[in-house]
Amino acid sequence: MPVDSFKYLPRIIAAYYKLSKRQPELPIPWTPLSEHVSGCKFGLITSGGLFHEGVEMPFDLEREKREPTWGDPSYRIIPTDIRQDEVGASHLHINTQDVLSDVNILLPVHRFRELAAEGIIGGLAENAYSFMGYQGFPSDTRPWQEIYGPQVAEKMKAEDVRCILLTPA
Amino acid sequence: MMPFWAEKIGVPRTLAVEFPFGHTLGQPHNMDQQMRVIRQALEVLETADEAGIIVHSSETWPEPEKEAKENWQPKEPSPIIDIMAPQVIKVIRQRRE
Repeated sequence: MPVDSFKYLPRIIAAYYKLSKRQPELPIPWTPLSEHVSGCKFGLITSGGLFHEGVEMPFDLEREKREPTWGDPSYRIIPTDIRQDEVGASHLHINTQDVLSDVNILLPVHRFRELAAEGIIGGLAENAYSFMGYQGFPSDTRPWQEIYGPQVAEKMKAEDVRCILLTPA
Repeated sequence: MMPFWAEKIGVPRTLAVEFPFGHTLGQPHNMDQQMRVIRQALEVLETADEAGIIVHSSETWPEPEKEAKENWQPKEPSPIIDIMAPQVIKVIRQRRE
C-alpha cells in the first residue's frame, strides 16, 4: 500500500499543502553511492527543533509567537553521544513530549552508534544537526539554502561525512 | 517522510513512512521498530539507481489512527493557524467558484 501523506494531518493543513504548485528544480541532485554503507561515515540532520539543553539556546519561539508568519531558520549542533536528559526541543507545530523521552524517534543518534559498533555502517559523525521545520507562512527557505544549509554542509564535510539521513519532523 | 513533499521538492532518495508527525522513525523506546525503519532507509540508499526515487515502507503505526492524529499535535495550536485558516478557506472557495 502506498503511504498516505495526509493520513495524520488536520484538514486545514492538508488543504493548504494541496494548494502548493511547487515543482522540483531539475535535475534532482544525485550523488551515486561509491561504496557499501559499511565503509561510509554517516551524518544525521533533523528538522525537529532539537537543541543541546544547557549548551545552546532553543529556537526562537518567542519571536514566532510575536510574528507568526516567521520561523527561526538557524540550526543547532547535537553531539551524537548526547544523553537523553541533555536533549531539548523547541517546536510549536508538534507535540515534543515523545522526542523528549526518546531522541531516536527524530534523530537516531543511539541507533546509529549501535550500527557503527556492529560494523553495519562505517561510522557516525561526532555532531548531528537540527533545524526547526516551520519556515514561515508562506514558507521561505532561502536562509536555509543560502546561509545555514551550506554552513552545515561544510561542517559535515570537515568530519568526512559521506552519507546523511535527513529526518523531517 | 511525506511522499507528497518528497516529490514536490525533488529529494534524491526517500523512504516514505506512514507515521504521525514528529515520529519519523517510530515510537519512543521501540528500538526494534526504529531499527527496522533505519535498515529500510539504508537499503534505499544502497539500491536506488535514479534521482527522485520514493520507496514506500510497509511499516504501520501500532496505535489507532484517531489517537495517533491527536497525540502528535501540540496542545496549543501553533500561532500561524489563526492567520492561515481563513486565507486557505478563502482560496479554496475561490477555486470552487
